[in-house]
Amino acid sequence: MNLPKDFKYSEEHEWVKTEDGKVRIGITDFAQSELGDIVFVELPEVGDEIEADEPFGSVESVKTVSELYAPISGKVVEVNGELEDSPEFVNESPFEKAWMIIVEPSDASEIDNLMTAEQYEEMIKED
Amino acid sequence: MSIKRTPLYEVYKEYNGKTIDFGGWELPVQFAGIKEEHEVVRTKVGLFDVSHMGEIEVKGEDALSFLQKILTNNLEKVKSGACQYTAMCYEDGGTIDDLVVYKRSERDFLLIVNASNIEKDYQWLRSHVKGNVIVNNVSDEYAQLAIQGPAAEQVTQKLTTTNLSEITFFKFQDDVSLANKNVLISRTGYTGEDGFEIYCRPDDAAYLWHTLIEAGSDEGIQPCGLGARDTLRFEARLPLYGQELSKDISPVEAGIGFAVKTDKEVDFFGKDVLKQQKESGASRKLVGLEMIDKGIPRTNYEVFKDGVKIGFVTTGTQSPTLKKNVGLALIDQRFKALDTEVEVQVRKRRLKAKVVATPFYKRT
Repeated sequence: MNLPKDFKYSEEHEWVKTEDGKVRIGITDFAQSELGDIVFVELPEVGDEIEADEPFGSVESVKTVSELYAPISGKVVEVNGELEDSPEFVNESPFEKAWMIIVEPSDASEIDNLMTAEQYEEMIKED
Repeated sequence: MSIKRTPLYEVYKEYNGKTIDFGGWELPVQFAGIKEEHEVVRTKVGLFDVSHMGEIEVKGEDALSFLQKILTNNLEKVKSGACQYTAMCYEDGGTIDDLVVYKRSERDFLLIVNASNIEKDYQWLRSHVKGNVIVNNVSDEYAQLAIQGPAAEQVTQKLTTTNLSEITFFKFQDDVSLANKNVLISRTGYTGEDGFEIYCRPDDAAYLWHTLIEAGSDEGIQPCGLGARDTLRFEARLPLYGQELSKDISPVEAGIGFAVKTDKEVDFFGKDVLKQQKESGASRKLVGLEMIDKGIPRTNYEVFKDGVKIGFVTTGTQSPTLKKNVGLALIDQRFKALDTEVEVQVRKRRLKAKVVATPFYKRT
């Protein structure tokens, strides 16, 4: 399983990458492979506030709709507009091209509470 | 209820099948991926395990007259060796099931019914038997493979001396030797493509599966799951029981009025209601919707016109062939005209859509 070591992970299969005080968020390789072909991604707008454990958007595969749950709270400062026309990036490149939003965290300690790559790997093995 | 598996369950793993619970059956939803499998069936050939489908035999001197009373289509004109798509309704016109009848002879019929309805159908048939009729649920005696796509005949023909081109659309042949196994084969399917459905003994299913996959390697055959089966049938506007059809939706409303012959003399179940729906128009109609705003219509999403609820989506997805977000919806017939603008409640938002022609895909 492809799992960047320097990222943090949520129980809802989002990844979080810290960059200069901001965090980049997407869904994991495991999540995309469970969902199948992604055909639509719905994301918040720049300026929206997101709240930890609350839905901030959704991804739709051919067959299903899945909510995206915010791993942390904060303000959306950037949105990956490319996913609108190329939702398949989520399948092809979940940790890079398919980043979803960049957030200014309102409480940095929320990031520390997320799982490490090892802990996340352990969790998906148990499922 | 314990989970049921088909004789091909062990085979899915060899092809990386991902299984789901489908009405109590553990079946493969996909192998390589729904979009890829969908494309393979539209352009080459795909192989499906549909052994979960039910088979019910209706035999005896009075079998024909019994089925004429039970089923909405007219079996009178069907010749031996032919299939007919039909429905089974309650007296109020609601649908018990949609099914295909295989006529083996005047007194021997095989009914292919939906997996989730096997027991309900069987009980309904048994409880209405009149005269010399025997009804048997023989679902466990058959496995079923569907080979679908433009290259289906070419691949299947490699394994039999029976001339498959003589089995035309909605015809079948019994006792065909396919790879030296005895099968019933019909030119039928649920994908909108050419193809065959192959009924075999459960013990032969795995062998036939492997043999067909091998025989089709040059043509690019791939194993396909229920996910692709659903998008394929959806594009071709073939109804799925539980979505387009139900006890609360009549076959006329669902747009399969061609399988309801109200001019049939027999007073079949549902005739009065269905006749009225056909003559004066049903109050609801199944239409195609295409999203104008960005979003995907899904089963049970509500449909509105000027703020008033006018119906609901029965099936919706992004059509793999058209790459458009489309759905089938059962709506108030007053809004059925093409290009009528409506709104679909997609979770928290109401998104614009318009009525479009169906089927979304038709084989050329």
